[in-house]
Amino acid sequence: MSINPAGWRPERPETAATAAPATVTGNRALMLEEPLIFEVGSTLTTGVDLAEPPAGKPRLGTLERTSAIGLPGLSEPEAMRHYTRLSRQNYAIDLGLFPLGSCTMKHNPRLNEKMARLPGFADVHPLQPVDTVQGALAVIQELAVWLITLTGMHGVAMSPKAGAHGELCGILAIKAALGAKGEGHRKVILVPESAHGTNPATAAFAGYSVENIPATDEGRVDSAALIARLGPDVAAVMITNPNTCGLFERDMKTISDAVHAAGGFVYCDGANFNAIVGKVRPGDLGIDAMHINLHKTFSTPHGGGGPGSGPVVLSEALSPFGPLPFVAKHADGHFALVEEETAGDDHPQSFGRMVAFHGQMGMFTRALTYILSHGADGLKQVAEDAVLNANYILRSLEDTLHAPYAASGPCMHEALFSDGGMAEGFSTLDVAKGLIDEGFHPMTVYFPLVVHGAMLVEPTETESKAGIDQFVAALRSVAERAKAGDASLKTAPHFAPRSRLDETQAARKPVLVWKDAVLAEAAE
Amino acid sequence: MRYLPLTDTDRQAMLSVVGASSIDDLFVDVPEAARLSGPIAGLPMHASEMAVERHMSALAARNTVAGQVPFFLGCGAYRHHVPASVDHIIQRGEFLTAYTPYQPEIAQGTLQVMFEFQTQVARLLGTDVANASMYDGSTACWEAIGMARRITKRAKAILSPGLHPHYVSVAKTMAKYTGDALDTALPTLDDDFGIDALIAKIDGETSCVVVQYPDILGRIADLSALADACHANKALLVAVVTEPVALGAIRSPGEMDADIVVGEGQSLGVGLQFGGPYVGLFGCKDKYVRQMPGRLCGETVDAEGKRGFVLTLSTREQHIRREKATSNICTSSVLCALAMSAHMTLLGEAGLRRLAEINHLGAAAAADRLAEVPGVELVNTSFFNEFTMKLSKEARPVVRALADRGILAGVSLGRLYPGEGALANGLVVAVTETTTEDDVEALAQALAEELA
Repeated sequence: MSINPAGWRPERPETAATAAPATVTGNRALMLEEPLIFEVGSTLTTGVDLAEPPAGKPRLGTLERTSAIGLPGLSEPEAMRHYTRLSRQNYAIDLGLFPLGSCTMKHNPRLNEKMARLPGFADVHPLQPVDTVQGALAVIQELAVWLITLTGMHGVAMSPKAGAHGELCGILAIKAALGAKGEGHRKVILVPESAHGTNPATAAFAGYSVENIPATDEGRVDSAALIARLGPDVAAVMITNPNTCGLFERDMKTISDAVHAAGGFVYCDGANFNAIVGKVRPGDLGIDAMHINLHKTFSTPHGGGGPGSGPVVLSEALSPFGPLPFVAKHADGHFALVEEETAGDDHPQSFGRMVAFHGQMGMFTRALTYILSHGADGLKQVAEDAVLNANYILRSLEDTLHAPYAASGPCMHEALFSDGGMAEGFSTLDVAKGLIDEGFHPMTVYFPLVVHGAMLVEPTETESKAGIDQFVAALRSVAERAKAGDASLKTAPHFAPRSRLDETQAARKPVLVWKDAVLAEAAE
Repeated sequence: MRYLPLTDTDRQAMLSVVGASSIDDLFVDVPEAARLSGPIAGLPMHASEMAVERHMSALAARNTVAGQVPFFLGCGAYRHHVPASVDHIIQRGEFLTAYTPYQPEIAQGTLQVMFEFQTQVARLLGTDVANASMYDGSTACWEAIGMARRITKRAKAILSPGLHPHYVSVAKTMAKYTGDALDTALPTLDDDFGIDALIAKIDGETSCVVVQYPDILGRIADLSALADACHANKALLVAVVTEPVALGAIRSPGEMDADIVVGEGQSLGVGLQFGGPYVGLFGCKDKYVRQMPGRLCGETVDAEGKRGFVLTLSTREQHIRREKATSNICTSSVLCALAMSAHMTLLGEAGLRRLAEINHLGAAAAADRLAEVPGVELVNTSFFNEFTMKLSKEARPVVRALADRGILAGVSLGRLYPGEGALANGLVVAVTETTTEDDVEALAQALAEELA
């Protein structure tokens, strides 16, 4: 047999420049288009093998389902491919730096996932007799002790399901405490204008009227204005510290003392706790209540938008009013669950229950695993590295991007820029979309509202210097294109699975579920 | 420290770019008195994977694992088999470690999952639309009461006696602050779902009637007459489903003209996890969508005309509306929604209906067997996979005694309604596809001995 060199496999790429052709499938190599399950699945297909139902007579009365549901099924290989293909259209921390300010997108350690899946935690029912769940109650108690110690507070409510739910918990505790003191007439909550939207929404839900407190030119709450507004009608102030401009509120203790002297309470939004964990205890700043987003500071996964978990640490004044249920440790080492049944004796002033069962147990096991892995020394290093990374970004880019509070001193764990200096017609949104083409998730944009075209960059501590340097180079380049008026930036992203999406159309004529009619209309 | 990439050399180089001589220079804005000089005293230092694993495993070993004993608990959380692929899917880093899809061009994966989930949930509940999930069933239930208040501009909600007592508790807590008046009642240990009594309570002030289906005792009833009575008084019917697998066998609340249907989705894909995280379901009629709380994903097109998905109708939400938002909710339960959606996709209609049939007929057989035990009286004539038995003695000590014998027998009504003597002998028993005939036999025999 002889070798025929004609028809041999080419070993070098062709150099001729030709435009990329359209493909029949719409796919582009590894970028795969994926239809909806309703377009490919069938109601007769199943990816689960189930036994024959046992013999017997149904007891459904007249309620037996007679209509079709309309749920398509896929076999296991089809399902794996469907979800794997969809997953590849997402940016994620596992792919790269995810600098969303105020969101603390840090690495999610996989040991956390492994521990949460131990059958002793994952396969336990919330209403099992307490003697059969002593380990689960121990996890809640152990995490509670860590959170109390790290914050220098008196107690902690573990059950809130997420940060905003924790805010609600704190405000309800404040309302209950004021009621108990005969101070129920206090109807105003003061909120700095730089606050997260959840703060005023929470205060309004609890029946308070919200008054905004302005920020100073250096990006901090105007403490003089705040203190001047205090009085017999003010129930509480809600302050984010470190604040949403990325700065530490220097006057926090002074503000707290003034609020207490005026008979009110201090709620701290703990979204930015990552900057100070292990370095500063909020209890030392006179805080009465603060939620802790376990999905931020303590690394439980965000999962594309939840589940979160928002335990709330409470001062001595507020602890008696915290919600049910909670875990109590008896002198003999036995753990008890304090619920409605025994609350009359153990916790008579509680404002009540916020959720069914005991809170986000699966997040507690992950957060405790994270905390034990770091220890007191590691958590302190977390805050220091997070703050160092943010300051490094601030100082590396302040010559290119307008940094409104650069002169206010060091930032904490996030660096704030504005759209100042961009060419006519170019905006923060264009910079964000340009960053996507560079392979980065954009920073938080248009928040906080106190800065025009805000860009809030939070790198977290789990980024390497090389990774941050590459991000800085990318953001610098995109910012320079925005300043130079590079038209190609207006149509970015060019290399993402989708170009800019029409959000106006989505809101004007909402299509929220898949219908045959939608397909028919689209085909017209 | 294995999670921190910076080296001391990096830190020095970065400090010099920043113009700081030490890390403490970056914390100058913290008042001196509040600055800690070293690691917080009294706490342990960092630990290896192996050491942490040992500690956590020891704690886990102190719990009785549901899958390792005959197990019959339900009442809002159910043990079902979850296909192995579901857990693999939710551990894809691109799903697990993504954020809320604020940049839709690079979040189409999560967004398409949300859209598929919304459609699956709406079809299962029988509603026109559904949102992208809530924290859990109990908070979804409260949000439905608030939504009914906004729609009807009335503030009196009637809660059915069969509504999960934790859900009632949550609603009572919240109502203290919103001024809603809640009409509540305890269930009775009989076969009456209570439709007629609920209808009798509806008046011109009623915002909604909230009814759980199947209810806390496992009872089921046709909701159509209740829906008609609500609508005749311009009130809404809110239905709560804590066991979505049931809807594979029984008519959906939406089919019976419920206006809002909420629920707990944990049964499909999520697992027990000692109560959370779970996934709240929320569906409603089209005409109410702009009063709906929570995240919504909608279909649209991109600049090239390709189909894509975005978060939409966000003018209802707190980050836009602040104090005027429909709810203060910021997070949903997307990863759990993905688990539920993937499980539904694997089951498909045929699989879900068969799963429901297995659950139902298994429960019927178990009910028959347990009713043979002297001292056991079956309360329900109709049910899905959960029923209530009236024992000849107080159920709570019986449950504890059976736990000591290695059987998790169910949920006693004494646990759910402490101090309510009329309910004390009630035991709610759930049977799913994971329950074996041997499990039922073990329960029947042990129960016979305890009741003898």
